[in-house]
Amino acid sequence: MRAHTLTLSPPMETTAAHLSIQNVSKVYAGRNSFIDKTLRRTSPDFTAIADISLEVEPNTFVSIIGPSGCGKSTLLNIIAGLSAPSTGAIVLNDKPIHGPGPDRGVVFQNYALMPWMTVAENIRFALETVYPNMPLAEQNNIVHEYISLVGLRGAERKHPHELSGGMKQRVGIARALAINPQMLLMDEPFGALDALTRGFLQDEVERIWEQDRKTVILITHSIEEALLLSDKIVMMTRGPAARIAQVLDVPFPRPRKREELDQYPEYHELKAVMEHHLSFETRVVEESRVKAGV
Amino acid sequence: MTNQALQPAIAPAKPFRLNSNQKATLLFFIILIVFLTLWELGARLNLFLPIMPSASQTLKDFWFWISDPFFDYGPNDKGIGWLLLTSLRRVTIGFCIGSAIAVPLGILLGLSPVVSKAVDPFIQILRPVSPLAWLPLGLALVKDSEKTALFVIAISSIWPTLINTRFGVSNVDTAYLNVARTLGASRWRTIKKVILPAAAPNIVAGLRISLGIAWLVIVAAEILLSGGIGYFIWNEWNNLKITSIITAILVIGFVGLILDRLFALLQTWVSFGQRS
Repeated sequence: MRAHTLTLSPPMETTAAHLSIQNVSKVYAGRNSFIDKTLRRTSPDFTAIADISLEVEPNTFVSIIGPSGCGKSTLLNIIAGLSAPSTGAIVLNDKPIHGPGPDRGVVFQNYALMPWMTVAENIRFALETVYPNMPLAEQNNIVHEYISLVGLRGAERKHPHELSGGMKQRVGIARALAINPQMLLMDEPFGALDALTRGFLQDEVERIWEQDRKTVILITHSIEEALLLSDKIVMMTRGPAARIAQVLDVPFPRPRKREELDQYPEYHELKAVMEHHLSFETRVVEESRVKAGV
Repeated sequence: MTNQALQPAIAPAKPFRLNSNQKATLLFFIILIVFLTLWELGARLNLFLPIMPSASQTLKDFWFWISDPFFDYGPNDKGIGWLLLTSLRRVTIGFCIGSAIAVPLGILLGLSPVVSKAVDPFIQILRPVSPLAWLPLGLALVKDSEKTALFVIAISSIWPTLINTRFGVSNVDTAYLNVARTLGASRWRTIKKVILPAAAPNIVAGLRISLGIAWLVIVAAEILLSGGIGYFIWNEWNNLKITSIITAILVIGFVGLILDRLFALLQTWVSFGQRS
């Protein structure tokens, strides 16, 4: 099956990418013009993330976890090219990134499926856009292959409003993978799902990743999710001016099973470290919000 | 001793009840009958001008026009079906011209905030102008009365489509646009495959309002013309035949309703799945 895909998608090799995040920060300019000053409505610049550097090795699954509002999504949008960094650079395979491109597949939190397209059409739209010269038969093969990969066979002709949240996100994952990107960016992909569906989809992602070990960056709130899926977990401090607090290695062998993870002694250690960090950061954030009267 | 509750219930006389639809229908007929009765009384008691016919006379004449819509006894004496077809043809052409301008222009304005801001004052000033006010200008511009009618219909029906198209195109969900951007879609492909389908419900909603206006304007537009239901009203006013005018009003209203329903169907079709 995989060899099949390799021959089907000639334009890009599946050799996964090395991503280098170099001193990236993002500052949202405040109101500071002459008019704002005369009207006395100035506001200070807001630094979302400050001076973040990170090396993501090829074929690794990296999770970024941090308190809410710490700029995780800002960082992911910068890597995706949807937003430009204020300073620093993102370098993918020794080439700096300027803007979005199909070398990075993105899975969105709100699924972002086109409601007027069926499941198959949503995936085909991505394929056609990235490989405009691909013959129709080949497109059909790839569309069906990825629909089977995410377990949606039989739902090809359904429209998004006929699908559950979990099924929608599986289409989102299939769409991101079908274009055979060098890396996959996932922005809290299961955040909007109920706990059971979330667990099921996490297992699915683990299964899919075992088949095709792309470089993945996953933004998440969930400690269990990060521990199940990641090779490395990047913990961020609270915003504004969020930084990387610590990078944890997750040494569990693969393929991983949710039920078996807590056999490893490191599991409890890692979980304790993360829980301590997150609860501390979250407490400070909440206290500062109370003081600010938000 | 037998339990009272376990006894087979003797069906009590079911009170006569209407559901809400039946009530509405009943009320509709009551209003209609009261209205017709007042009208009939008013005419019999000479409360109106003598040219105002009674309700019964109007119903009789209404039936005359409706029962034989396609007679043709010369240019000034045609059945109401022919008149309608003439008017529908003019409205269709005028509406198509208007839409052919409004939709592409609306897309352009929706895509470019700068052009949109620059053109907005023109739209806001011209939009509220009465269709009648365009007549002399139209005649001066295009010289021909038939073309003037089309001009008036077109220019009156531009605005809702233009404004709705602009709104729909400029308010496409950023999630869809971000998908297109991350895939590296070209501008043209993004417009064709993402922006237009996403804006389609708004565009069709605009077309629906525009068609209603185009049909509304037909009476004014046909002041200068012969043939057509608008002309018929002006002509029968000269003949002081109010029954014919009331017939025409009802027919215009009914046809307008059908046109609106057709576009409502189109609207549900293009907004498929987008309202969930």
